[in-house]
Amino acid sequence: MAGPAAPPRQNGELVFDAPWQGRVFAMAVGLVDRLGLEWDEFRKRLMAAIEEDPERPYYESWTVALEALVADQGLTGPQPG
Amino acid sequence: MSEHHTRAVSDIERRVEALEELLAEQGLVDAEVIDAAVELFSNDLGPMNGAKVVARAWVDEEYRQRLLDDATPAIGELGFGGPEGDHMVVVENTPQVHNVVVCTLCSCYPWPVLGLPPVWYKSPPYRARMVREPRRLLAEMGCAVPDDMEIRVWDSSAEMRYLVLPERPDGTDGASEEELAEMVTRDSMIGVARL
Repeated sequence: MAGPAAPPRQNGELVFDAPWQGRVFAMAVGLVDRLGLEWDEFRKRLMAAIEEDPERPYYESWTVALEALVADQGLTGPQPG
Repeated sequence: MSEHHTRAVSDIERRVEALEELLAEQGLVDAEVIDAAVELFSNDLGPMNGAKVVARAWVDEEYRQRLLDDATPAIGELGFGGPEGDHMVVVENTPQVHNVVVCTLCSCYPWPVLGLPPVWYKSPPYRARMVREPRRLLAEMGCAVPDDMEIRVWDSSAEMRYLVLPERPDGTDGASEEELAEMVTRDSMIGVARL
């Protein structure tokens, strides 16, 4: 469908500037879902990361938030099988 | 292989890769699922969804009322829903009121109907200024709202996700629902443009 409300790529806009952004975005969404958490568990860490460094590029703050969530969930070490 | 433009870009790529490895080892993420999600958010979710909701509201008065009363199920009637769309509120522009949406604390945005937010929506100036000086910021963004109109700023920082229902443009009586949907811009559904 053409026109102003067309899919992002048809608008000439890229949703993600680089592949790592898409991956870290999708990882956060997927992990929250997989762990059965509320999205707010990620969102509040994103807000904290943005507040901590407001000039940091958005998806870098996103990455910081995901790292924080992973650490807080105790996922940073090898898990028993 | 990818180019590394600056050390900072390399660092972040490495961090993201490390996260993916860590989570994949524990069976918590799946590369194929990630690829599919990236594809979905890059191509399938976008403002064309919201445009259909708006067009339906323009042609169907009862739908419009359902949308204003309880937006989430009404939007669901058109098949749109999912993450960041569980608590939708549709705010209607009128000849007296212009609505605009911001997320002052991060970037909350109604993904199922608008896709992912544009860069400017996530920027510190937009997030700070839209609540403080909306009329001026809107004018700077090319959206001049007459002085006699009220501007309502909706902050998405709590649970709610807002979608602006723009006024139907004049002279569109003969247009089909599909044609109407093509007139609706993403920016008009955020509230930084008028149709």
